[in-house]
Amino acid sequence: MGTKRHFRVWRGDSAGGDIEDFDVEVNEGEVVLDIIHRLQATQTPDLACRWNCKAGKCGSCSMEINGKPRLGCMTRMSTFEEDETVTITPLRTFPVIRDLVTDVSFNYDKARETPAFAPPPGVAPGDYRMQQVDVERSQEFRKCIECFLCQNTCHVVRDHEENKAAFSGPRYFIRAAELDMHPLDDRTDRKEYAQSHQGMGLCNITKCCTEVCPEHIKITDNAIIPMKERVVDRRYDPLVWLGRKIFRRDQLDGDGENMAPSSSVGVTDVAKGAPFTTNRGPEGPEVREDGRMDVTEVTLPTQGGPSPFGDQQFPLPSGRVAYQPPAPQYGVHDDGQDGDHGTDGHHQGH
Amino acid sequence: MTTARIERHHYDVVVIGAGGAGLRAAIEARLAGKRTAIISKSLFGKAHTVMAEGGAAAAMGNVNSRDNWMVHFRDTMRGGKFLNNFRMAELHAKEAPERIWELETYGALFDRTKDGKISQRNFGGHEYPRLAHVGDRTGLELIRTLQQKIVSLQQEDFAETGNYDARIRVFSETTITELLLDGNRVAGAFGYYRESGEFILLEAPAVILATGGVGRSYKVTSNSWEYTGDGHALALRAGATLINMEFLQFHPTGMVWPPSVKGILVTESVRGDGGVLRNSEGKRFMFDYVPDVFRKQYADTEEEADRWYNDPDNNRRPPELLPRDEVARAINSEVKAGRGTKAGGVLLDVSTRMPAETITKRLPSMYHQFKELADVDITKEPMEVGPTCHYVMGGVEVEPDSTAAMGTVEGLFAAGEVSGGMHGSNRLGGNSLSDLLVFGKRAGEHAAAYTDSLTKRPKVTTSDVESAVLTALAPLERPGGENPYTLQQDLQAVMGDLVGIIRREGELTDALKRLQQLKLRVAQVGAIGGRRYNPGWHLALDLRNMLIVSECTAKAALEREESRGGHTREDFPQMNPQWRLINLVCSLDGSGDVHLERKPVPRMRDELIQLFERSELSKYLTEGEITQFDAIEGPTGDAAIPGAKSKTEAK
Repeated sequence: MGTKRHFRVWRGDSAGGDIEDFDVEVNEGEVVLDIIHRLQATQTPDLACRWNCKAGKCGSCSMEINGKPRLGCMTRMSTFEEDETVTITPLRTFPVIRDLVTDVSFNYDKARETPAFAPPPGVAPGDYRMQQVDVERSQEFRKCIECFLCQNTCHVVRDHEENKAAFSGPRYFIRAAELDMHPLDDRTDRKEYAQSHQGMGLCNITKCCTEVCPEHIKITDNAIIPMKERVVDRRYDPLVWLGRKIFRRDQLDGDGENMAPSSSVGVTDVAKGAPFTTNRGPEGPEVREDGRMDVTEVTLPTQGGPSPFGDQQFPLPSGRVAYQPPAPQYGVHDDGQDGDHGTDGHHQGH
Repeated sequence: MTTARIERHHYDVVVIGAGGAGLRAAIEARLAGKRTAIISKSLFGKAHTVMAEGGAAAAMGNVNSRDNWMVHFRDTMRGGKFLNNFRMAELHAKEAPERIWELETYGALFDRTKDGKISQRNFGGHEYPRLAHVGDRTGLELIRTLQQKIVSLQQEDFAETGNYDARIRVFSETTITELLLDGNRVAGAFGYYRESGEFILLEAPAVILATGGVGRSYKVTSNSWEYTGDGHALALRAGATLINMEFLQFHPTGMVWPPSVKGILVTESVRGDGGVLRNSEGKRFMFDYVPDVFRKQYADTEEEADRWYNDPDNNRRPPELLPRDEVARAINSEVKAGRGTKAGGVLLDVSTRMPAETITKRLPSMYHQFKELADVDITKEPMEVGPTCHYVMGGVEVEPDSTAAMGTVEGLFAAGEVSGGMHGSNRLGGNSLSDLLVFGKRAGEHAAAYTDSLTKRPKVTTSDVESAVLTALAPLERPGGENPYTLQQDLQAVMGDLVGIIRREGELTDALKRLQQLKLRVAQVGAIGGRRYNPGWHLALDLRNMLIVSECTAKAALEREESRGGHTREDFPQMNPQWRLINLVCSLDGSGDVHLERKPVPRMRDELIQLFERSELSKYLTEGEITQFDAIEGPTGDAAIPGAKSKTEAK
């Protein structure tokens, strides 16, 4: 039948803990969550671990397997070498409750801070009409199973507790994008809100969130970049906005977009942008009430560049950061493995 | 034992369960102005509703304008083999479209028709395309929409009061172990936070059960760990009754190979979109299993069946679209006859029926799931599937309009899978998502109204809280006690092997004996490791619920000497019209044992029974009932339904 394999599992609670070693039977076709269940049934009945559907649909069994944020139920044992030790640790970005269970209330707090869908006034239930081509963009983001792996891997908050207050994280950027692209949503300030209240400016598009998404949502390309790049257009051009609401996408001129070209690697779909913006040259960014500016493309030679930081290593030394994030101040990062978030190594889009 | 340090809360309505039914109920109670608590056994938004793939059935008539509530009602009753509570089926069919449209105002994004309406798809047992869907992740869309609606209500409350939790609060990862009564009236609920193991007492005059099903008592199941029959057991202990507990739905097509995905469902829309079932000899065997009552609607040649996908008005449906119990039984027979695969299933094939691109477009998460979980490419090879415990039709006996629990208790309501009667002996695919919306709303509405009708608030007594604390802590006092995981496996073996899809008298008697032995062992269950997020302790507490509900199922299965829907007796293979008149109702007697009694099924109103043709009814009803039917005046069958297609037109 099965073979014995070596596992290392972090056990402990908020007071601290340690990796413990286990030898567990593994059978053909099993996933990491099966092994945790076998541990519970045979060796450690009180090993804490969240799970529900065991089918990759509920997003409960998020954990770090050999250092990678994964769903336990979606990680096949056959993806490891026969003699490989599998190390399982809790999500690092959130406080540990016990063993593999972390306190993910950060995410639920951010969910509450994201403005909800605003139904169009005067449209009765049953009278909503939308085209499939228009709902599909938002539907991509509604695939999200809220496993919070993107939140966990995002280096803006991973090991940076101080950024949590100002930063909602990729999960809530796609929520904002979803509502922004919703054909009937009545609010028009989703992008501005994401910039000014959700801390989207802190994101420097390293695509780590996209990489860990078990639903393969193109978080960076299809949500964050369009939300960053089009914010200027929409802010200044109500006609563009109106046109987008009135016409279906396939009825708009050209590719229907009115934004600067994206020069970042692997950008697809709406984020690609038109080769030139037609209606105006570069404009200065808006100054907020407190006299500061949101993070913008102002430091770049072109409007709508790929990242406020260009190709720089993130994070920059604090003295060189060209913007003032909302308090608290961004700390200097120790140059550890988590700073390694360059845009290199991501495969080219079409 | 002191109870002074237990965290206490006061609410108007407490909703136990945060799946579709629970969230919809909570929304309604909050809209009625009630302070509402939602108890979620897992994190908010993780409930089992996310697993529903196919869609939500509602006769909106967007794809075929001939569809209406009467046709939907008729399909539901047929699917349930006429054992459904007709009033629930009627309310469900009438109100489902409104409930779906309402979701759009909460921000749901269903797939669309060409003219921009909600698209609807075909599904087993439904006469017209009726299921509102979002690819194959409709359940996720539904739960997320309701979750986000609750957040938006909390945002409104925040704007008004500065507190998100002012009127509606979600207690995530919290389990209720006991309902507390004042006389016969509900006075509150007692439970624990999984995270800390600390106890919590919610005082409230109205409690809505929305805890889902019982599948964790079975070996092969699509259900998550939460499905331990908590609501069923809480209801019984509070003096409510359970109905039709013998009817469990085994989904015909759960994965049987590879082991890591055993029990995971392959949505029926795979068959609705053209997937076919073959045995190990390559034969499309479903044509051999069309029951007489369905002969008229189903094709008898592969050619006609294949034509149906493009021309449904002039051809009969493929037999792969028979109601799911028929399909489950057919697969079981093939496997028992030695024509199954090595892993004990049959082959479900879409790969040879559609281009790969169409498959990935129509069944994206299915494709993704099997590719990732099992390295099976459904566009290239068939899937190995077999029956899996999926849904319990039985549940808390409720008053149809208000969802108030029957029995001796007052102030208790139930909606969704935990309630019984709506689906009769078998549920049609797509009817559960609409069920939980329709009756979730009703539960919230009527629970709110009930609290208004009270002149004084029921009171929780300290001694009840003390004994709830003692019961909850008992497993931790027995560190050397029996391993809860072993006990659960033993229970699953008893239920899976002896009270499974095909049942026999001898095995059921044996099962009841073994359940008694398990009862003694569960009383000695132990847990180590303290109270903080301790799954062993949690399971130890869930076991007694699983056990009592299993006993109800086994007792009712032994009592009902016929085969109908989700209950198949090898020793009584036929459906018996006399048994259609009888509901089996379980309650707890003074000593805590399950008491079973027979109650008559309510008689359908004339204008509802007239929607059926005499020839169809004669297969289900007794002669006496047929005589009564003949005495009713007016048109029957399709002629009684405005806009329905007439016989001549169909030819």
